[in-house]
Amino acid sequence: MKFEINGESVETTPLPGQVLRTVLRGLDHFEVKKGCDAGDCGACSVLVGGEPVHSCIYPAHRLEGAQVTTVQGLGTPEHPHPLQQSFVDAAGFQCGFCTAGMIVTASTFTEEDKDDLPRLMKGNICRCTGYRSIKDAICGVTNTDHAAAGQAAGSSVRAPAGMRIATGREEYTLDLKTTSLLHLAILGSPHAHARILSIDTSAAEAMEGVQLVLTHLDSPGVLFSTGRHEHRTDDPDDTLVMDPVLRFRGQRVAAVVADTVALAQLAVKVIAVEYEVLPAVFDPDVARAPGAPQLHAEKGEESRIGDPTRNTVAEAHGHIGDVEAALEASAATVSGTWTTQRISHAALETHGTRGWLDKEGRLVLRTSSQVPYLVRDELCHIFGLERDTVRVFAARVGGGFGGKQELLTEDLVALAVLRTGRAVQYELTREDQFRIVPVRHPMRINVTLGASSDGVLTAFSVDQLMDAGAYGNHSIGVMFHSIGESIALYRCANKRVDAQSVYTNNPPSGAFRGYGLGQVIFAVESAMDELARTLGIDPFEMRRINTIVPGDPMIGHAVEEESDLLYGSYGLDQCLDLVETALSSGRGLDAPTGPTWRVGSGMGLAMIASMPPRGHFADTTIALQPGGRYDIGVGTAEFGNGTTTVHTQLAASALNTTVDRVSIRQSDTDIVGHDTGAFGSAGVVVAGKALHAASTSLNALMVERAASLGFPDGVVEADGVRSGDRLVTAAELLESGPLVAIGYHDGTPRTVAFNAHAFRVAVDTASGEVRILQSVQAADAGNVLNPEQLRGQIEGGTAQAIGTALYEEVILDGEGTVLTAAFRNYHVPQMADIPDTEVFFAETHDVTGPLGAKSMSEAPYNPVAPALANAIRDAIGTRPFELPMSRDRLWRLTSGLPVRNPHLA
Amino acid sequence: MDLITVREIRVPRTREEISFAPGEIPLGGGTWLFSEVQEGITGLVDLTGLGWQPIEVTDENLVVAATCTIAEFSRLPAQDGWTAHPLISQCVNSLLASFKIWNVATVGGNICTSLPAGPMISLAAALDATAVIWTIDGHERRMPIASFVTGVRENELAPGEILRAIEYPLENLRSRTAFRRIALSTLGRTGTLVIGRLDADGSLVVTISGGTYRPRQLRFDELPDRGALASAVASIHEWYSDAHGAPDWRHAMSAKFAEEIRIELGGIA
Ligand SMILES: Cc1cc2nc3c(=O)[nH]c(=O)nc-3n(C[C@H](O)[C@H](O)[C@H](O)COP(=O)(O)OP(=O)(O)OC[C@H]3O[C@@H](n4cnc5c(N)ncnc54)[C@H](O)[C@@H]3O)c2cc1C
Ligand code: FES
Ligand code: FES
Repeated sequence: MKFEINGESVETTPLPGQVLRTVLRGLDHFEVKKGCDAGDCGACSVLVGGEPVHSCIYPAHRLEGAQVTTVQGLGTPEHPHPLQQSFVDAAGFQCGFCTAGMIVTASTFTEEDKDDLPRLMKGNICRCTGYRSIKDAICGVTNTDHAAAGQAAGSSVRAPAGMRIATGREEYTLDLKTTSLLHLAILGSPHAHARILSIDTSAAEAMEGVQLVLTHLDSPGVLFSTGRHEHRTDDPDDTLVMDPVLRFRGQRVAAVVADTVALAQLAVKVIAVEYEVLPAVFDPDVARAPGAPQLHAEKGEESRIGDPTRNTVAEAHGHIGDVEAALEASAATVSGTWTTQRISHAALETHGTRGWLDKEGRLVLRTSSQVPYLVRDELCHIFGLERDTVRVFAARVGGGFGGKQELLTEDLVALAVLRTGRAVQYELTREDQFRIVPVRHPMRINVTLGASSDGVLTAFSVDQLMDAGAYGNHSIGVMFHSIGESIALYRCANKRVDAQSVYTNNPPSGAFRGYGLGQVIFAVESAMDELARTLGIDPFEMRRINTIVPGDPMIGHAVEEESDLLYGSYGLDQCLDLVETALSSGRGLDAPTGPTWRVGSGMGLAMIASMPPRGHFADTTIALQPGGRYDIGVGTAEFGNGTTTVHTQLAASALNTTVDRVSIRQSDTDIVGHDTGAFGSAGVVVAGKALHAASTSLNALMVERAASLGFPDGVVEADGVRSGDRLVTAAELLESGPLVAIGYHDGTPRTVAFNAHAFRVAVDTASGEVRILQSVQAADAGNVLNPEQLRGQIEGGTAQAIGTALYEEVILDGEGTVLTAAFRNYHVPQMADIPDTEVFFAETHDVTGPLGAKSMSEAPYNPVAPALANAIRDAIGTRPFELPMSRDRLWRLTSGLPVRNPHLA
Repeated sequence: MDLITVREIRVPRTREEISFAPGEIPLGGGTWLFSEVQEGITGLVDLTGLGWQPIEVTDENLVVAATCTIAEFSRLPAQDGWTAHPLISQCVNSLLASFKIWNVATVGGNICTSLPAGPMISLAAALDATAVIWTIDGHERRMPIASFVTGVRENELAPGEILRAIEYPLENLRSRTAFRRIALSTLGRTGTLVIGRLDADGSLVVTISGGTYRPRQLRFDELPDRGALASAVASIHEWYSDAHGAPDWRHAMSAKFAEEIRIELGGIA
């Protein structure tokens, strides 16, 4: 059939049952994205005959004679469509994976439509931004600046990739052509716990186009963890590439490698497997009791599992003082049990890896990872390869949120490439993201607090139980982190902390923005609010009385004598003041009128260490190029974290130039020696710090070089080094050899950052509907390097947390099956759900970070859910203990009904 | 998503060309069919090539072809006396799907998908519209849409039958109506949707969908009092449960909306 794409005529024969999206990508139109492949997210939007449609559900057989326009057809970087320009000017994206669909959709709007954006944009999901900047972009608001030479740090310069993203030219993980590419699909376990007795792959192997079928018999016997950390021993070695024992539904039983995705998926269906079904356990409380089915009983000490006979991945117990006695003596006590649900990261780009052998025979993986270096190292461990025989890199990644700090697709692709010698791709579906990709750990948290009548905390105890799911990836780290800063934030002489991370036959839980803190902060901040109420003390005052100040020890689950965590700066007090002032300003929406509406306000507070403990490493390089350009090499991946922008700013500032002269090569194990990766909010404070050091060294080298050429006392400026009246150009400096500097940072010492959030809400007691009337967050991020980007991180974190607080829930059936495996059944906030948040910055300057900056990417998420819960409590007079505070739950609460698990009723 | 088991798509131009082998089903816009894995479907018969006039107004009925897109339907201008006309846009906007999906999705496809949250079902049921069904033997049969949908993803179509059109009696379009809907989020998938229709003869029909497995109708010769309406709602025992709302909440919201509608249409508080 013949049709037009962006004005060019194409001829192709789609397969029966094929959709426009895959036809377009098959014709190398990689600007058309896949966020769901089910019509829900809008990332694949294109125009057909001028009308916007979702190309993933548009039947291709109707294309004869059609005119299809993609985001590339709307404009080019040289001649952008006005909307493409305004998405750049407004900073209307973070990872940018939704942007093509947003722009295509909005390109059909009239002026009047701009008043109706929430309704018109309900088919376009953005997981990163919180939508304010997208609304700005559509309405033509500019939020970014151009900074003069040397002035970049502290100004809202644009993300370097902005125009490429807006015009559909930026490549993401799978956006490249590879000829004769094979595709991999897996057969997932139908059972929550079973042993494979036999497996017959002959029918699959006999199918035309099937190149390879892999089963546990092909798997290396090396145990590892999908969770990745600097120290591989941080996670338990409990996972195999393919395991004869299946511990959750959907776990890999077999993998087919075939000429097309469809063939691989069809071949999977004809694999015959005989299972021995094993007893399974789905409740962590039951799983840790004696007699429960054991998941990893056969594993020994070398797996570093807390107690395999009790299904405990890890546990922690610690105390100072005497909590019992203190409670007894307290004027007021509060106790409660809070629960949090499973959350899917819902990064718009699903996980995917493409692998091949390069000319030297090296294994090369291009993958959607936050941690390419750690993935490479672990693959070497699993497959017994030398580091110089493996290259792992990430192009731009379409969102992470912790979900891509896992090794989920790379191992199978590596195995398939090594076996076939050919290029192989494994791309997860959105359904896979819900069923087999780790979710945020659900937790049950008991908090008991005591205080004197003047509000001084006297006793503080936390008992935390978390469902690790079937594998222990991140379940040790998340557990320890969850009971760290959440508790250390408060000064109290008597503290007790107990925590357990327990295996069940549910799908695995893993790293999620906040890394466990958010769940416990929800409980602690709720309890603190209740305690303040009991004592009749204002919640802000309650925090002022009890939060730590510089000099106080930080005591979470343990008293750490030798901690490298220090008060590099302190803006907690400012955050409280800023939020309190904003909340009392009277700004925000008017409450709906009507007898069933109740209005209330509430706040929550969060502290976070600026980076993970025990070392986070980054090597960076910077080289002067002719023409006064700089070439930076960093390990950090860009997935909407904005680190790349800040890196250009740090280099430009140190070298007195403008950001457009700085280009970055990144997230590739070929580029620098090592980089722990972009997690734990480390992109600015570790790699950024290393890069700033490198840039400062290069500055000195350039001045030195100029001096050696006879031009002393030089000062670096945009075009070279100025010595008196003489400008020594970059080309001249480079004549006597290259100028390269390296920088390194080891991630220590660490500092603390703070976030306070407050809401004013109206709640309809008749329906459970919550309307957010005002939303305010103050952040102590140290010196703010890029205000607009930081605002974006805070708004995005707030939006994701509003999703967690009010809407999102991966629902299981109680027997390990996910019931919500599509966006239509898992409600990621739409534009209509997210209010504008007033964002404030504390004025601090940190002694540890680059130019006084602190990290701020996980943190803004953490105080939001408790602030909202406290506001709802204030409004309706009853406390919600369970997330999400969905309308049906709140209605049950206001009706005096039991709240628990309404969807399983 | 690509439907990998589909081996053939046929686009008939006349009724005679329509036929279904085992594993073959009708294709409307495709916005539901291509949005989920379709196990075992080997062929699709695309009804959109039949050239059916999307919308016609006869003396008695507004006739909407099954293949009329939701976008086309939503643009239908009101005619004199169509007091119920706002219901069209209220129901169209009750789709979780945005206007981009409306450009492709069909009215008939929505009804035949037969989801509880199918707002074209709500609309047609509330207006006591009739399904025109093409039978395999080349004939037509008719039945109320309210009984056409029999359960979640279940309807009265026998294999090989297709929905040809929906007939909305003009008389009912001239009735006064009231509309309420709630979802777990502002523009989310429907939790429950209640429409009241007060006819010229004073009778009231309350249609509940979304919260129930299939559309449920409560009929009254005249505006009932509060208690009569409440006990009618209470007589419905099956309330749907999925990620879009707990059944007791859906029940309570339906009861609340029914009462609000009663008042809006002139009932005594
Ligand atoms: C993001 C998104 C949101 C959605 N939200 C909703 C929602 O809120 N509520 C809802 O109900 N649906 C929703 N849908 C599903 C779907 O888009 C709509 O139901 C749509 O109206 C289906 O129409 P279609 O023409 O695309 O149907 P198709 O996908 O073509 O067909 C749907 C089903 O109906 C059958 N069929 C179609 N036409 C006929 C006919 N004339 N005779 C017999 N059988 C026929 C098909 O065989 C198939 O089984 C949503 C879909 C998406 C992608
Ligand atoms: S990929 Fe098409 S709507 Fe999500
Ligand atoms: S920027 Fe919208 S999904 Fe990432």
